[in-house]
Amino acid sequence: MRYVGKTIVAALGATLLLASASARAAVELSFYYPVAVGGPITKIIDGMVADFEKANPDAKIKAIYAGTYQESITKALTALKSGEPPNLAVLLSTDMFTLIDEDAILPWNQLATSAADKAWLGSFYPGFMANSQTGGKIWGIPFQRSTVVQYWNKVAFKEAGLDPERPPTSWAEMVAFGQKLTKRDANGNVTQWGLQIPSSGFPYWLFQALATENDATLMNEAGTQVNFANPAVVEALQFFVDLSRKDKIMPAGIVEWGTTPKDFFERKVAMIWTTTGNLTNVKTNAPFEFGVAQLPAKRRPGSPTGGGNFYLFKKTTPEQRAVALAFAKFMTTPERAAEWGIKTGYVAVRPEAWDTPEMKAYVAGFPAAAVARDQLKSAVAEFSTHENQRVTQALNDGLQAALTGTKTPEQAMKDAQREADRILRPYRK
Amino acid sequence: MRVFRLTDSRRRQCAQPSSRLSPGGREGRNSCRQIACELVTRTSIHGWLLLLPAAILLVAFTHYPAVATVIHSFFSTARGAREAQFIGLDNYRDMIDDPIFWQALRNNAVFCLFTIPTSMALALLMAIWVNGKIAGRGFLRLAFFTPTILPMIAVANIWLFFYTPGYGLIDQIGGLFGLGEHNWLGSRDTVLGCLIVVTVWKEAGFFMIFYLAALQQISPVLGEAAAIEGAGRWYFFRRITFPLLMPTTLFVLVNAVINSFRLIDHVVAMTKGGPDNASALLLFYIYQVGFRFWDTGYAAALTVVLLAILALSALVQFLFLEKRVHYQ
Repeated sequence: MRYVGKTIVAALGATLLLASASARAAVELSFYYPVAVGGPITKIIDGMVADFEKANPDAKIKAIYAGTYQESITKALTALKSGEPPNLAVLLSTDMFTLIDEDAILPWNQLATSAADKAWLGSFYPGFMANSQTGGKIWGIPFQRSTVVQYWNKVAFKEAGLDPERPPTSWAEMVAFGQKLTKRDANGNVTQWGLQIPSSGFPYWLFQALATENDATLMNEAGTQVNFANPAVVEALQFFVDLSRKDKIMPAGIVEWGTTPKDFFERKVAMIWTTTGNLTNVKTNAPFEFGVAQLPAKRRPGSPTGGGNFYLFKKTTPEQRAVALAFAKFMTTPERAAEWGIKTGYVAVRPEAWDTPEMKAYVAGFPAAAVARDQLKSAVAEFSTHENQRVTQALNDGLQAALTGTKTPEQAMKDAQREADRILRPYRK
Repeated sequence: MRVFRLTDSRRRQCAQPSSRLSPGGREGRNSCRQIACELVTRTSIHGWLLLLPAAILLVAFTHYPAVATVIHSFFSTARGAREAQFIGLDNYRDMIDDPIFWQALRNNAVFCLFTIPTSMALALLMAIWVNGKIAGRGFLRLAFFTPTILPMIAVANIWLFFYTPGYGLIDQIGGLFGLGEHNWLGSRDTVLGCLIVVTVWKEAGFFMIFYLAALQQISPVLGEAAAIEGAGRWYFFRRITFPLLMPTTLFVLVNAVINSFRLIDHVVAMTKGGPDNASALLLFYIYQVGFRFWDTGYAAALTVVLLAILALSALVQFLFLEKRVHYQ
């Protein structure tokens, strides 16, 4: 009898052990990610996920491509409202307040408590962290991040009698260069524009670069105040409008974001502003020699950062949280951040990534890759507030109203300020 | 309705022979009533069972959402820990003060006013043309119908290229005549017109199919008789063809009105409602408020307005126009 009893106990124990082992093996994590630039992004992500699963056999990551940034946040929030949010997601850094207000996410610093974890949290560029924390908590881990840079056509510069190696470094220079670069045919129709700063879809992002250069801050860190009606902001908008109205170096009306790189390739425009995320795209498709540089300055140099962060959702088990932390750390090791940056054009998110041999070799062969990194010194947090989408829409509407000439810059910013104040009032208590 | 009528007649059938068998007999009458009741219940159960699948689908996906939308429109939007609260007509009051709502409504009115008559007239014209005996008729029909087969997103992307300033198709053709570049989608004055053209291009072929089918139903005898009487082609069209097509015209009109409120794929793909809401249509604005701003309460109120507009237009079309469409 005792023998039988022992066997039963042993069998039970073995079953329990097995069960716990299989439970550990079954830690599954759903992970949403967007694709916002050209290139085989899904393949790169799948490869990285497979590497992680090989290194951590008891974890399974279900990587789900969720569309553009806009579609991804919509999907994540819809899933949240139906009770099945993703466990982990890469979403815009500016979605932070929205996700906090929806009570959807957990701060990473609550999870990353060991000394090594804390060192990891402190290893990112401060410029990228500005958009990832509020109220003393870290809500996002920088992953696919970018800034705005200018690209210029060296051949067009030569034709216009400009030094092809010298991009404009100030607003005045940009206008002067632009006037030399704008070509008209016998009928007075423009055949080549000097400059294009896109203003469709999300004009606020590029406008924030202008406002920053004019030494204006669009919002406070708590995301409850905006300064649209500030004279420096209005002045920046006036400059934006004048580029097409007064100086006539940029097409009138709304300049499409999506076709701006193509306009550049087609030599319809000699200088463009767009994201560093387009670097690989321009490198592959521009049929002429081009340069990449930091944005020109007015009172100071500057650009907003942009792009996506890792967010950890609240509806996760402790085991899932541990795997999510391990995964986020895995994806942002210096080697992997370097690999990701080289393959896509995004800015590798931590300084150590730039010291890896691969990155050093890449930058030596293609110095333009380091421009965005160098610009980080003067970069500011991307515009983001509570009710972000709505406040941003108010700003976008105001910008487009001024650019299409329906409102003066002053009136447009006054209206946007009033609308934003109305939306943000409940968050100021 | 038919089910009830059937049971009524059965009850009568059942009542007569029973009264003959036992005149005035209480028992007989009772048993007959029982049978009748059983029959009534059984037939009506059958009837209801037959209706059930359709009824469940209708209630679950049409009636319940509509009623729920009306109810939600009286509540504020729940956010995180904050529950939704009853706020009465506040959402509607906000709507009256919301300039973007009025802009979207105005845009939609203009959009309807131009797309509906244009696409219907074009559809009729194309249908009459490809109904005649001409060379390459099959090819022409296919060509006119192709835009309908394409998904709206594909259509929008094709037209996005047409409208591109500078090297887009339209500007390239304009360039041959010495016209400069136009920022078609980037200017408030032209953007809505551009969307209207895309919609007409896409819709006309679809409506043409209905007109073509209706034209082929018209008896050739009428044409022959008219020819003998010496009626001209225009006279024949005005007095014979067009009146005979009226039921089809009503059907197409209903569809055109619904589509002009329902189709917003091209807005999403081409303009995102910009610049400065100049191309925002009502349904696009509802999507924006509901799924970008997540203000579901206000989005529900906007949806109620859209529902009311559609219900009203359907009522007008069916109650008022239907009386006049049939050839007498």
